[in-house]
Amino acid sequence: MITLTHFLILAALLFLIGVVGIFLNRKNIITLLMAIELMLLAVNINFIAFSHYLGDLAGQVFVFFILTVAAAESAIGLAIIIVVFRNNQSINVDDLNRLKG
Amino acid sequence: MEVLFYFFSLILIFSALKVITSRNPVLSALFLVLSFFSAGGIWLLLKAEFLAIALVLVYVGAVMVLFLFVVMMLDINIDRLKEGFWDYMPVASIVAVIMLIEMILVLNHSYFKDMTPKDSVGISNTEALGQVLYTDYVFPFEIASIILLVAIVAAILLTLRGMKTHKGINPADQIKVQRNQRIKMVKMKSQDPIRRKKR
Repeated sequence: MITLTHFLILAALLFLIGVVGIFLNRKNIITLLMAIELMLLAVNINFIAFSHYLGDLAGQVFVFFILTVAAAESAIGLAIIIVVFRNNQSINVDDLNRLKG
Repeated sequence: MEVLFYFFSLILIFSALKVITSRNPVLSALFLVLSFFSAGGIWLLLKAEFLAIALVLVYVGAVMVLFLFVVMMLDINIDRLKEGFWDYMPVASIVAVIMLIEMILVLNHSYFKDMTPKDSVGISNTEALGQVLYTDYVFPFEIASIILLVAIVAAILLTLRGMKTHKGINPADQIKVQRNQRIKMVKMKSQDPIRRKKR
């Protein structure tokens, strides 16, 4: 019998993989974006699991909006990466020190 | 259902691990496609058919293809990006294990285990979602369209190089202007004061 806990622990594992991915790939912006996508996917799995087990469609509507915002976010993020690459010829996070902050 | 759940979950976790550890960004993008696809399978098990299909169509079909385009378009020096890849692994694993223990402590409660899925009311998932989306959530739905519009405008504006018919002003050029580019001093003799002579 698959209970709600199974889905929640699966989503928790996926979220943790996303967190570890941000730690490991701190130089590569593209893989950082992919790790963020993984974390969003984990949150979406949580929403849908609760929506199914509570019999409430609000969770699925939330997932709908999260998908919209995530698509917009990755489109703008990739556009920024292209501009950064055009200016620096690299997407290494260490090279993004032009502002000397 | 158990077999399907464990099958999809194993593929999902494995491909997510490959996303964050593979050396080549193209490979990680392809494994991200695989993980989205198996997540779609898990959503189908949870009877969210519309969102599962939307995930495969929108995410795998559009967003991940965009990722692949960008990864393949940029000429990335992988070796430099992977310098010191495992340096932060001890910190990362400590954070991850602590978070995992906390989450399992919360999620292992009997409150979640005793829940049974509620059956939906006869109509299909897509129909039910549409009925909610166009009545109760119509305002957030319209805001979502504005967010997408802003994303389109921002993505085009960021990557647009100067067009030939472009009539805008470059602020950097305006700031760099020196005095002698705008003002020209001309030496010339003063004119004869004709009127005074006549007096």
